[in-house]
Amino acid sequence: MANANLNIDLHYVTRVEGHGNIVVNAKDGKLEKVQWQVPEAPRYFEAMVIGQKWDVLHHITSRICGICSIGHTLASLKTTEAAMGITISEQSQLLRRLAINAENLQSHTLHVGYLALPDLVGAGSVIPLASSHPDEVALVIRLHRLSNEMSDMICGRTTHPQRLIPGGFTKVPTAEELKTLRTRLDDGFADVDAFGNLLVALAPNFPNFTRETEYISITDKNEYAFYDGELCSSLGDTAPITDYLAWTNEFIVPQSTAKYTKRKRDSLMVGALARFNNNHTQLLPKAAAWAKKLGLIAPCYNPYYNNVAQFVEVVHNIEDSIIQIDKLLAAGIKDEKPDVTPKAGHGIGTVEVPRGILHHDYTYDDKGVCTKANCIIPTNQNHNNIQKDMEALVPTILDKPQAEVELILEMLVRAYDPCISCSTHYLKVNFKNS
Amino acid sequence: MSKPRIAFFDFASCEGCQLTVVNLEEALLDVLQHVEIVSFREAMKEHSDDYDIAFIEGSCTRASDEERLKKIRGNAKIVVAIGACATMGGINALKNTRPLETVRKEVYGDKWELFDTYRARGVDEVITVDYKVNGCPMTQSEFVKVVKALLTATTPDIPTYPICVECKQNGNVCVFEKGETCVGPITRAGCGACCVNEGAVCWGCRGLIDDPNVDAHKEVMEKYGLTVDELKNKLNLYFTNANLTK
Repeated sequence: MANANLNIDLHYVTRVEGHGNIVVNAKDGKLEKVQWQVPEAPRYFEAMVIGQKWDVLHHITSRICGICSIGHTLASLKTTEAAMGITISEQSQLLRRLAINAENLQSHTLHVGYLALPDLVGAGSVIPLASSHPDEVALVIRLHRLSNEMSDMICGRTTHPQRLIPGGFTKVPTAEELKTLRTRLDDGFADVDAFGNLLVALAPNFPNFTRETEYISITDKNEYAFYDGELCSSLGDTAPITDYLAWTNEFIVPQSTAKYTKRKRDSLMVGALARFNNNHTQLLPKAAAWAKKLGLIAPCYNPYYNNVAQFVEVVHNIEDSIIQIDKLLAAGIKDEKPDVTPKAGHGIGTVEVPRGILHHDYTYDDKGVCTKANCIIPTNQNHNNIQKDMEALVPTILDKPQAEVELILEMLVRAYDPCISCSTHYLKVNFKNS
Repeated sequence: MSKPRIAFFDFASCEGCQLTVVNLEEALLDVLQHVEIVSFREAMKEHSDDYDIAFIEGSCTRASDEERLKKIRGNAKIVVAIGACATMGGINALKNTRPLETVRKEVYGDKWELFDTYRARGVDEVITVDYKVNGCPMTQSEFVKVVKALLTATTPDIPTYPICVECKQNGNVCVFEKGETCVGPITRAGCGACCVNEGAVCWGCRGLIDDPNVDAHKEVMEKYGLTVDELKNKLNLYFTNANLTK
C-alpha cells in the first residue's frame, strides 16, 4: 500500500561534490511534489574571465572544480589553442591523454570507492569501512594514490595542475619516471581485479530502475574518446563540436542556480554510462571483459549503473595509459618549449571529463584578452535528467518506508556523481526566448 | 581524554581543499586516530552540530552565507579557514573587479535577480577566524602542520617571508630571467614554490606576506623592463581584496 504521507526534505545530499536538495511530498497516497534542487552559491566564472589574458584563463577556469581541475584545464587549453590556431606536438598529445586518464582514474576511484561504496554495504561513509572492510579500503586508497601520483608526474600537481599550458607543457616527465609509472600501472591490475570482484558481489544492491534517455558524449573513430572527437548521440546522429550549443540548449529553472539542458528528448544524460553506451565497442580488452562480468550491456538504461560504467572506465584508463606510455618511450622524451603568439580569435574546446562532456568557448581580442566566454559543464547537462528520473522513479517506490525512499533517491543522485559546484560555476547564458 | 570533534564546511569554492584532505590517503587514517570527524558532507552522511574545530572552505558570496557562518562560529571552539577562497576570497574575488550587476546579467541574463550574490570575501570578513591554511588548493603540508599544532596546543609556524626564499633554495631559474612575470616577491612562502618548481610562475594563491614590499617588486619589474600593466593581470588573480597600491 502506498504511504499515506511522505515528507522528504533532504537538505544537502551528502557524499556528492557541492550542495543539492531532494524534496518529495506525498499526501494521502498522492504524489504532490518531486524536486531536485540546486542551491549552490553561483560563482560567475564567465564574468570573471572577461578582461583576463590568454595565459591565465586555464589557471582561472581550473578553479571551477577541484576534482576535475585537469579536465577543465585541458578544455581551456584546447579552446585557447583553437582560438589562436596553435598546434601542439605529438608528444604533448600523448601526455595530455595520460593527464586525462589520470584524472578519470582519480575521480572514478574516489566516487565508486569512497562515495558510492558505503551505500552498497549499508555504511554512512568510508570511515567505518576502514575497520569493517580494511582490505577493500586499502586497495581503494592504493588505486587512488596511484592516480594522484600519476597526475603529479604528468601535470605537476593533482588539484589545479601546473605543467599544462597553452601550446604544450612547461615540464615533461623523464623516461625513467614513465617506466616506473608503467610498472606501477601494470601492478595496479591486481587491485583493479579485487575491486571488480567486490563490485560483482555488490552490484545486485543497485536498485533495478530503468528509464531510457538521450545519451550524449564525444566519439572518435580511433579510440574510446576522452580527449578528442565529435558530438555523438545515442539517438544515432553526430555533429562537429562547433554545434555544441544546439546540443545543450540551456535553460533556467527557479529551483536551481545551475542551468538545465535538453536536446531531442525531455532530458539527456552525460558521463561514464553515456560514453559506454555510445562507444562501448572501443573499450580495451580488460575493460570490455569487466563490463561483461559486471553485467553492463549496451544500451544500459539504469542510471545506477553509471557507477559500474565508471569502474569499467578505470580499467580502460589504466590499459590506455600503458599504451600511451609505450608510444612516448618509443619516440623518446624531448624537452619542448611552447612558443605562443597571442592573436584575436574564437575557439571551442570539448573534452570528456569524469562526469561527462565539457565545453569551453572563448573569444579573444588581438592582445589575447578574453572578451567573451562560455562553459557548459557535465553536471549541468545531467540535472534535468536527475529530475526526470526522480519523477519516473518515485511513484514506483511510494510503498516503501520513507527512509528507504530517501536512500534510493540519494543513491540515484550519487550515481550521477554530480559536481554541483562546477555546474553553478559555469558561465554564459544564451536566452533564446523570454 | 576524548578525541577533538572536527567538522568540515564549504561555501563558494571548488572543494579542492577538501579533496586535498582526502588526498592524504593512508595518512588520513593516521589523523583519524587522533580526531573524530563528525561532519564532512562531501565524504560522509552522518552530521552533528556538536564539534570543537570547524574547517571552512570557500568564500562568503551572499548574505545568506553569513547566517551559516555565524552558526558555525557559535558551535565551534576553533575555526580554521582553509584555502584561498576562505582566507581571502580567492579566485572568486575576480568578480569583484567588475560591476556586480554586469557580472550577474552576463551569467543569468534577464533572470539575474533570481540568484543572490554580493562581493566575494574571505570568511574572516564575517566571523573571527583562529587559523588560516593558505593556498589554492591549500598546501597539504601546512594543513597537517596546523592540525598537529591544534592537537598539541602549540602555534603553527607559518612563514612570514616571500616565496622567492624557497624558490632560490630549490635552485629554480628566476621566472623574471625567463621573461615572464610572477608575484612570488610579495607572496607568503610555505608551499616550497611548488608552481615554479613545475615550470610555471607564482600566482600569489598563498596571499600577501605581512609587510609586502611592493616598491621592491616594482624595481624588479623595472630591472627586467616590464611594466606594472604586464603584471596587473597576475596581481588581480588573488590580491583583488588586498587593495594593493596601484
